[in-house]
Amino acid sequence: MSVTDPGQSESLTEIVVPSRIEATKEPEQRILAEVERHGYSPDAAFAIKLALQEAVTNAIKHGNRNDPSKHLTLRFAVSPEKTVIAVADEGEGFCVAQVPDPTIDANLECPTGRGIMLMRAYMNHVSYNDTGTEVTMVKLNE
Amino acid sequence: MPEGKLHLKISRSNGVHVVHFADRKILEELSITEIGEELSNLVDSQPGIKLLLNFSSVDHLSSAALGMLITLNKRVTQANGALKLSNINAQIYEVFKITRLNKVFDIHPTAEEALAGF
Repeated sequence: MSVTDPGQSESLTEIVVPSRIEATKEPEQRILAEVERHGYSPDAAFAIKLALQEAVTNAIKHGNRNDPSKHLTLRFAVSPEKTVIAVADEGEGFCVAQVPDPTIDANLECPTGRGIMLMRAYMNHVSYNDTGTEVTMVKLNE
Repeated sequence: MPEGKLHLKISRSNGVHVVHFADRKILEELSITEIGEELSNLVDSQPGIKLLLNFSSVDHLSSAALGMLITLNKRVTQANGALKLSNINAQIYEVFKITRLNKVFDIHPTAEEALAGF
């Protein structure tokens, strides 16, 4: 099992949905149902749900710029050992390294900018492709 | 007497507006904008408001909900009011800690303790 090469050792289920929050609820429920079926802890399930919602929200709002004509591609695999989730948008991408730290005092009362930080805090692995249009996250069932 | 719209249950206790969220998943993305508007309208209508948000029925929230709360906190402060949060479960409180927002908000374990602090 490899965390650094997520998705390489398993086949991921792929779902393409319109770029709307409502459209992501069914795939989210499918993933969380699988997580529950594999007996993940409540804390792990909470983490996966939170990170997934943050990734989806970022893809819709920032990646696809709230354009409902665009799509998200969700790929996932849930096993007894780990859950792998990838979320891709159809945007132009961004530089992850330039996202400000929301936890420093200067940014603490900014209403936005916490999504990536929460994803990294709650998942064992978070990585972006070179263009920033796809994020892959892994949660181990520990 | 409870008042409020679909998402919120609002009551009064010794001059404090106490807000309960009507749905366990209420702080998910689909509802946050509406909740923010309802709370903003409440603050605007009550200068110097003492506002308690009771999270006892909340088991999940997103960063968008945190942003809504930050904006609300600023609005209450600008209106010379006071905002407190209570009954936040351990998982949700961890989100506040990870984001360091436990330093921004006045958080109490119980509604009773929060009400006593106004």
